[in-house]
Amino acid sequence: MADVIGYNREEKGAQPPSLYLPYKSTEFRAPKQPLVILPHTLSEVTGPVYGHGRVLPIDADLTKQHAGEPLGERIIVSGKLLDENGRPVPHTLVEVWQCNAAGRYIHARDQHPAPLDPNFSGAGRVVTDAEGNYKFTTIKPGAYPWRNQPNAWRPAHIHFSMFGPSFINRLVTQMYFPGDPLFFQDPIFQGIPDEKARERMISRFDLDNTIPEWALAYRFDIVLRGRNATPMED
Amino acid sequence: MSKQRLGQTPSQTVGPFFHYALPYENDSNLIVGDAQGQRIVVEGKVTDGNGDPVPDVMIEIWQANATGKYDHPEDTQNKPVDPGFHGFGRCATDKDGIFRFNTVKPGAVPGPGNSLQAPHLVTFVFGRGMLKQLLTRIYFEDEAHNADDPVLNLVPEARRPTLVARKAGASTYRLDIVLQGEGETVFFDY
Ligand SMILES: [Fe+2]
Repeated sequence: MADVIGYNREEKGAQPPSLYLPYKSTEFRAPKQPLVILPHTLSEVTGPVYGHGRVLPIDADLTKQHAGEPLGERIIVSGKLLDENGRPVPHTLVEVWQCNAAGRYIHARDQHPAPLDPNFSGAGRVVTDAEGNYKFTTIKPGAYPWRNQPNAWRPAHIHFSMFGPSFINRLVTQMYFPGDPLFFQDPIFQGIPDEKARERMISRFDLDNTIPEWALAYRFDIVLRGRNATPMED
Repeated sequence: MSKQRLGQTPSQTVGPFFHYALPYENDSNLIVGDAQGQRIVVEGKVTDGNGDPVPDVMIEIWQANATGKYDHPEDTQNKPVDPGFHGFGRCATDKDGIFRFNTVKPGAVPGPGNSLQAPHLVTFVFGRGMLKQLLTRIYFEDEAHNADDPVLNLVPEARRPTLVARKAGASTYRLDIVLQGEGETVFFDY
């Protein structure tokens, strides 16, 4: 079997280090030994094609998963999954999760004394279309405190998990909102060395996708690693 | 002529609160029907740099079927896909840091050049306190091809055992994942 065409490696400055001491719990979870450089083999350039399971339209509307409507500011989040070569990533699973408008996750371990919302779970799934587009409806998540440093608050964010064309395209990230005053003190956001790369995680207000008298909208495009050699026909 | 390269979206931690979103029914069971091959359990404990169990990470695996075929268009080997087997699994560790997959022993798969890679599971670890996921592999101690596996041979010999699961029962293999410190698992730069 011929050698496979690999993918680009981590973009320097755009990806975080494993050890970043301002984010305290990296201290005992980051490897200390040097990483071993792995050539991309058939094992890495293949991966689950459709992620897992069947995805229903209701999975992309986090405001309709209960009897009533959740509290908070209704928003539409959409964007395109691309690779570094600008090619769309079609038919791939995007999983999202977030806290409610008050900054509380339904997770049993979230002890933040903010109210739960009986009409909001905060988990959704969507598959990108043939052009790599995804869209879901939710409410704007709140900021929440955590114990990393005194008076630490996470900026409002939505967690994203993507598959893409191969297993090494796997990406878990967080989407932020423009103009959040909490970026400066958040070691998770600041853990990305390059400021320009950091800003790629900030969605932009998306007037075109707002629905008058119904919902505001934000756009978040996501760029996965690209192939490091392109096939001849391109 | 060539379009400008787009910048990669940065990775961020999966955080502590993924459990109501990412796990799904039967996520750690790769046997979805009458799968061919040897059915096995692959299990282990994840520990941190203090030696403490890590109860809030998520392990994902990707593997070939029993004949060494990946269910993916870029695997052009003339071998059948097994409809009773799904090559992807996901498992959140429990309160004791334990993960466990029900799967089949994968076959050997092609490696660089004309080499063959010994049976292995491609393995990602995601967790709170991890700004990006870690990549490792799980091999099996009773496989003759391990000795000439092209990836194992890139790893300093003393550290290779951290990638090789040991038999812990008739059909159970065990490999602990040590994020940091004594016996630290080999992680890859990919
Ligand atoms: Fe969060």
